[in-house]
Amino acid sequence: MNVAIQATNLTRRFGNTTAISALDIIIERQKIYGFLGPNGCGKTTLLRMLTGLLLPTSGEVEILGLPLSHQVEKLRSQMGYMTQRFSLYDDMTVLENLKFMASIYGLGAKVQKSRIQELLATYDLALLQRQLAGSLSGGQKQRLALACATLHQPKLLFLDEPTSAVDPQNRRDFWEKLFALCDSGTTILVSTHYMDEAERCHHLAILQKGIKRADDTPDHLMRDMPAHVVELSGEISNAKERLATLTEVVSAAQLGMHLRVLVKKAVTDPIAYLQAAGINTPMQKVRPSLEDVFVMSTEGKV
Amino acid sequence: MTMLARIWAIFRKELLQLARDRLTLGMVVMVPLIQLMLFGFAINTKLRDIPVGVVDYSQSGLARVLQQTIEATTTVNFTQHYANEQQALSAIAREEVRAVLIVPHDVSARLARHQAVGFALPPATNQEVTRPVAQWLVDGADTMVAATIKGLRAMPLNELQGKPANRTVPTFETTLLYNPEQRSAVSIIPGLVGVILTMTMIMFTSAAIVRERERGNLELIIATPIKPVELMLGKIIPYVLIGFIQVSIILGVGHALFGVPLNGSLALVALVTLCFICATLTLGLLISTVAKSQLQAMQMTVFILLPSILLSGFMFPYEGMPKAAQHLAEVLPATHFMRLIRGVVLKDAGIADLSGDLLWLVGFTVIGLALASLRFKKRLG
Repeated sequence: MNVAIQATNLTRRFGNTTAISALDIIIERQKIYGFLGPNGCGKTTLLRMLTGLLLPTSGEVEILGLPLSHQVEKLRSQMGYMTQRFSLYDDMTVLENLKFMASIYGLGAKVQKSRIQELLATYDLALLQRQLAGSLSGGQKQRLALACATLHQPKLLFLDEPTSAVDPQNRRDFWEKLFALCDSGTTILVSTHYMDEAERCHHLAILQKGIKRADDTPDHLMRDMPAHVVELSGEISNAKERLATLTEVVSAAQLGMHLRVLVKKAVTDPIAYLQAAGINTPMQKVRPSLEDVFVMSTEGKV
Repeated sequence: MTMLARIWAIFRKELLQLARDRLTLGMVVMVPLIQLMLFGFAINTKLRDIPVGVVDYSQSGLARVLQQTIEATTTVNFTQHYANEQQALSAIAREEVRAVLIVPHDVSARLARHQAVGFALPPATNQEVTRPVAQWLVDGADTMVAATIKGLRAMPLNELQGKPANRTVPTFETTLLYNPEQRSAVSIIPGLVGVILTMTMIMFTSAAIVRERERGNLELIIATPIKPVELMLGKIIPYVLIGFIQVSIILGVGHALFGVPLNGSLALVALVTLCFICATLTLGLLISTVAKSQLQAMQMTVFILLPSILLSGFMFPYEGMPKAAQHLAEVLPATHFMRLIRGVVLKDAGIADLSGDLLWLVGFTVIGLALASLRFKKRLG
């Protein structure tokens, strides 16, 4: 296996709070690796540690076979980083921002010119190049940020909640670009709290309160989920109260006209179990979604 | 090669952002211009026409002539009459007047015997002869006003008796070099260069990095392979240019409008100013590595600015300060610059005369820049 990033026993404390606790991850090259978790679970802290912006309290990070703590400056030319908040200069134009970042990355004048032209075309920014970055829309800003992060063709790309300020259509287009980058050899790390975004990743780690709860491909996570999913319809308002008293039910969440119930795998026939408990609305077993996996791995263990 | 390219990139970016920030750009020119006008015209250490009052117990023509003689010195202006000392004291307390002249009822007798008039023969042992003619009650809260009125103490009164003015030979002959007319503008304007540069240079640089931290730009920049010293130099150089623009405005307008001489060579003025600009810029950089917000940076700027005005010799003579304060003042770049710029502009001092202060500024810059680069960690938290 070709490893891009390996973190062992990574811990970061801020005073008394532990943001990341004894985390082990292995990230393969040329994969899109996602960190899924609620706000405040330590995603940003983790990304900042992996980019060398924060020192871990303890633990080791190895990137492209080199220890991050010693080779951070050397590794930075291999990394692209897109911050959670738009971090380019609002009072400079798209082109000026690109030129500035290209010089900072040490690109020569010739390479700079062709690379910027290429990126303006790839990310549909050619028509906007004379516009101030501050006046761009959310989606345009995000494309500019991605263009700047990939100027120097990094082997690793770190994206911190890249699509939180973007509509679904733009989000889809954005992921198209990420897959294209991945195909051309880039390893990408994305943090997100969106299920649909997480589902697109090749590999996913679910984080909660700084602890890794699960770590696998989205398909495997759904397949191996330790619970049945039963969907109730009809008179669901009465059933809800009844369900809350049942010990084998992990959660019950209303989705429109349906009630989505997670029943522990210890119960072999969940429908019979629920009916025996006196619930007699129409019900059927359904395929687990990533959200169910997320609920399963973050609830019950708290 | 990449180092120069990176410094150049930061430099260009700073200028670009500055060019788009109309208000700041305007302040670069307007701050020195307005302050120069304001201080050049307003600050005057020679006091004239101080409003004073009089309590006249003698009610004599002599008392009125005495007042006119004193007014003729242009030091004071008699604006009020009071009936007694109580009224006079309360008038001083509410700052209606700065001093009151008390004329005793026997003023003519006192005057006749006074030596300053030279009316009587040289005194024997008679104590009465030494009695002063009248008394001043002075508002001592303002030491400058008090000192000026104290200067009237030994005023000759020969004219009062229609005798020719006193022609006594002074004890010492004094020759005033460099500013023989004792014009305040000549001593203030070169020093004003130091004060304005201290203010704008420290403020610009300290804000320059802190602003990027506040807006989140810094998180992106420090995730790139840029070196701290490249970032620092790129941030400093544009403000060196701005500093030169400001110095040119102050000295140019000061020369044209206030007749401040430019005795030294312009090259030396440029060298001295360059050293000072670099020193204050590194001070600003140091602040920026400590301050977390622009407000904090501003507070620290003021913290440095005030001693730079009050202790540097700009307002009060360096020699008058206690030793400890002098040592403190020596740390401030402004103190060295005050000596340097007055030396070059007014006294035509050569580079050899100035080398001590110049070296100090250079040392300050090098150590400050090193410290700032070391303190500036490419890390968050």
